[in-house]
Formats: sequence, structure tokens, C-alpha cells
Amino acid sequence: MGGKRKKGESEGMEGDNDSKNNNKKMKQKSEILPSSVKNKEKRSAVHAKLKHQKKVEKRKKLKARDAAEKRALELGEEPAPKQIPRTIENTREADETVCMPDDEELFAGNDADEFSSILKRDRTPKILITTCRFNSTRGPSFISELLSVIPNAHYNKRGTYDLKKIVEYANNKEFTSIIVVHTNRREPDALLIIGLPDGPTAHFKLSSLVLRKDIKNHGNPTSHMPELVLNNFTTRLGHRIGRLIQSLFPQDPNFRGRRVVTFHNQRDFIFFRHHRYVFETKESKQSDSKGKKAKDAKGESIAKEKVVARLQECGPRFTLKLVSLQHGTFDTKGGEYEWVHKPEMDTSRRRFFL
Amino acid sequence: MQHDEVIWQVIRHKHCSFMSKISTGIFCRNPYNVTGICNRSSCPLANSRYATIRDHDGVFYLYMKTIERAHKPNDLWERVKLPRNYEKALEVIGKHLMYWPKLLVHKIKQRLTKMTQMRIRMRKLALKTREKIMTTPRKEKKREARREEKAEKAAVLDKTIEKELLARLENGIYDGIYNLPFNKFIETLDTDELQAEDENEEESEVEYVEGNFELEEEDDIEDMGMKNYHISNDEVADDDDEEEEVNAVKVRRRSKSEKDEPGKKLKKKPRIHVEVEHENGAERQKATF
Repeated sequence: MGGKRKKGESEGMEGDNDSKNNNKKMKQKSEILPSSVKNKEKRSAVHAKLKHQKKVEKRKKLKARDAAEKRALELGEEPAPKQIPRTIENTREADETVCMPDDEELFAGNDADEFSSILKRDRTPKILITTCRFNSTRGPSFISELLSVIPNAHYNKRGTYDLKKIVEYANNKEFTSIIVVHTNRREPDALLIIGLPDGPTAHFKLSSLVLRKDIKNHGNPTSHMPELVLNNFTTRLGHRIGRLIQSLFPQDPNFRGRRVVTFHNQRDFIFFRHHRYVFETKESKQSDSKGKKAKDAKGESIAKEKVVARLQECGPRFTLKLVSLQHGTFDTKGGEYEWVHKPEMDTSRRRFFL
Repeated sequence: MQHDEVIWQVIRHKHCSFMSKISTGIFCRNPYNVTGICNRSSCPLANSRYATIRDHDGVFYLYMKTIERAHKPNDLWERVKLPRNYEKALEVIGKHLMYWPKLLVHKIKQRLTKMTQMRIRMRKLALKTREKIMTTPRKEKKREARREEKAEKAAVLDKTIEKELLARLENGIYDGIYNLPFNKFIETLDTDELQAEDENEEESEVEYVEGNFELEEEDDIEDMGMKNYHISNDEVADDDDEEEEVNAVKVRRRSKSEKDEPGKKLKKKPRIHVEVEHENGAERQKATF
């Protein structure tokens, strides 16, 4: 296999270098494959040699490319287009439900879904946070931080109530969502978000939870309404999850609070972060202009000023992964699932659902 | 041929497959046993006249056997269905076992009580919801952890958040809070320069501006850009054109926040991540002015 690959590579090289040399090399390579050598020391020596050759070739190639670019620049020609590295994101398997920005159907669907009343500000979000039956150690501290992140959230002890009973209770008290923090082995490991009164139920796996006190140089959040950043929720399902998350937060952020809550979706993992931010001018010549008052100096400073945002993390940091999305409120037996993650979906690492 | 005493001798002293000796006593595993204890009076094999209660899927039956049917094991037991009601069941037992030994009747009634209680308890427990324990294959767990780590690296979270915030700043969501895109700001200054130089005074206006700035600064102490600006304003307090410029900007900003509303919505729609807060922010700004 390795031999074959090398062949292909060297064929590719023929274009820019002299082909004779390459052919010779190729023959040599095919003659002594490291795997065919039985003596270990010899074999490793051959292997090292091959590796070194490869490295040298690569460096040569790089150098040639750089030189060509430079030459093109000098001559004023168009340099060869920069190669874009292939990432998992840009080689993602095509998903027909990925929403285009002009998707009328989607917007119509959005208007009719369960969250529209909250997102249109007909109802103010009011969140009930509760736990699974057994709750200890990191659970409560996580919940107290969630309470500080989500405005208008209330924590109720779970007791021994059934979740269905709790849903009923919350409906009567006009809550708009329930968050259930599930704990396993004293570690929060799942999050259940239930939209009320008839919103969907999303079950997330929760992992890599870092609490506020464990974050270095963390800040303390204020009680302002945070703004929300929802990144990369592209597909239909993603939009739905995004709207579910959005409906947890009030729709009238107080921008003076400079608090931002981020749900960033990358490869189906939803990263939660909570920051305070500040806008600053980088390399500012403020002091300069202040001191001199001269108009020319100011003119110069304009060009170099650049606004940057600085972040300070506060509040917990965790990652969610969608396990299932259920139509209607929590009902494990009779519930209708909109989407369930199944192991057979994991056959490709380039297929994402959010 | 039925001979109770012989049977009992064999069972007790030789071998009985239903007998289980444990540290707390000697018990009987025979399903027909009334008490569950291995002794002469409650042994279903060594008593030719015997009765018990058995449970078939939540329905209780009274089982009785008599010596007359001892030679027909096929219909050795006579079975009577007991009513669901406890008291009625007791009555039925009393009727069927009218002339039976008092001890046996008493034991049967005790068994009925116990089984009724058990049935109630079982039904209650069945109604209760229980957590189901699921397994997560170690392989998947590890794989997900690995992928999560890589995804986090690919996300470059801090950068993307900063970029997003700057985009919002540029879109004018924070109008009236920051005077940060200094470029535009200073452009306006340059255009106003000539006019501003001629004019003087308007102290009252100046004071209004400063007061407003301080109000804004109350909650953002770290906001260096603002602070700097403020300081500069202070130092050149008697410089007229500066103040003039501030006023001009003030006006510009106000007008922007007012007219932004419809335009912003159009602009926002094509974006993929959903941001609904915007129009509202503008409204809010209006309210604060």
C-alpha cells in the first residue's frame, strides 16, 4: 500500500521536477520496502531514510512554492491561488435540510412553531430548573451558575415528583420551559430542556463541565439581560434547537450589561460559553491626540485605530450534544420523537445534523 | 395409600426437595405451603386435609385438598376463586372451611391479609415511574470525547465570539452605547472642523453632554475607550470645536438609532444564526434618550 501511494505522489511531482530523477527514486523505493527487510536495525534504518527523503521532498516543494509566489509578486503577476486546507467543516457531507437564508418555508415554519410566542415577545420566558432525583456535589453549584446565566430562572427541588407532574405544575404556574439537570455519579451528565406548554423536549448529553471557580481569571456576571450568540445552527433540526435555546433567554437584552452568552455549534457539539466583553481600540493613539490636539496627528491616528472586542469569561463552560428531540412534553413511553441519535448515524465523521 | 405420619417422617428426617435450611430456620419452598415454614402442621405433602391461597396474576384462589381425592393427583386440589374485596374473600373462606381445623383457617386468613397487602403494594410500585439505567459503550464515549476536543479546537470560540460582537457593533446594534467606530466619528469631526472653529460658547450644551456621558459610564468602568474619550473631553474643555463635534455626533447618533429599525431587519434576515434582539435594542436606546 505504502509503495503504491508513494508512486502516485512521485508521479504528481513529475510536473515540476525532472522526471528521470524521480523515476530512479521510485525504482529504489519499490526495491527496498522497509517491511520486506527482516533485520530490525536495517529495517528501521531504511525506514528512517525513507522518512527523511520524504521530509526533504516536502521542504523542497514548499520552497519552490514560496519562490514562485515571490517571483509572481515581483513580476506583478497574479500569484497562484492559495490552497485551502481541507477541514471536516468544508468537506461536510451534503445535507438537504441545510437552510438557505432565503428559505421561505423555514420562516413560515418558524412563525408557526412552539417558540414563536416567546420570540415575538408575547410571553416572557420563565424557566424552571430542577434536577434528577439524586443530586449531589457539582449538581447544585452548576445549577446556581445556570441561575445566574439565565434570567428569570427558578430552582425547585425535585423531591420524588414525576417529571410529568412537574410539567403539569409548571404549566399551571406559567413557566415557559423546564430544564432538568441529570446527574450521574455526582457529575452532571445530561440536560433535558422541555418547552412549555407543548414545546418539544430536547435531551442533551452534557460533558466537559467547568464551573466558574475553576476558570482562571473569571469574571462575575452582572444581572443585566445577556445577549445571545447562536452560531452555526444550519439545518432544519439545528434551527429548531437554536430556537429552543433562544426561547430560554429574554428577547430584550440589555446591551449596557455587556454580557454575552454563546451557543456555538461545531460538528454537532454545542459549546456553551458566557462572557463579559468590552470594545477597545487597539494601538490607539488616543493619548497622542489628547496631548497634542493637533488635527494632523489625529488624522494619522485614524488609520491605525482598530476596534477590538476583549472577552472575559464568566460562568460555566460546558458542551452539549443532542441525543433526542421529542415532539410534545416529556413522555418516554408514548412520546413521538422528531429526531433520535442512533449509533448507525455515526458511520461517517463528516455527517452532521445540526 | 395416604399415610401422613409416614410421609412426614420421611420428609423431615430423610429428604425433602422443598426444604431449605438457612441460618434463620428451616423453610419450605413448596408453592402450596400456607406459612412457608417447614413443620408438621403446614406441610402440604404430609397433610391429607390441607388448604392454601395462591395468586394467579393478581387473582387469589383458595386451594383445598381432602383425603378423598388423594388417589387422584390430577384433581387433588379443589380451587375456588376469591372475590377482590378483602372482607368478602374472608367470608368465602369462612364458608368453605367451616368445619376445618381452626388453626388452618386462621393461617389461611393471615395469608390472605398478607397477600392482599402485597398486591396493593405491587400495584402502587408498578404505577411509580422509575429511572431506567442505560449503558453507554465505552468506545463511543471515548470517541465522542476525542471528537469534542477536536471540535472545540476547530471552533476557535473566543475568536468567533469576538468577531460576532464586532459584526454586531458594525451593524449598529450598540448604537448610542459606544462611540467606538472612531473612523466614522472622526470623519464627521473633519467635516465639521471649519464651521466649528468659528463658533464659540454654548456652555449649557456642553454640560448636558458630559452629564450624559457620566451616566453611561456608571456601569462600565472598564470601558477604556469611553473613558479616554471622556478624559480628553475634560482636558480640552475650553476648546470649542471639540464640544461642537460632540454635539454633532450626538445628533447623528440619535438619528441613526431612529431610522435603523426597518433597515436592520432586512439586513439581519439572511444571517444564519438567529438574532432577534436587535430591533428591540434600538427601541431601548430611544427610550433612554
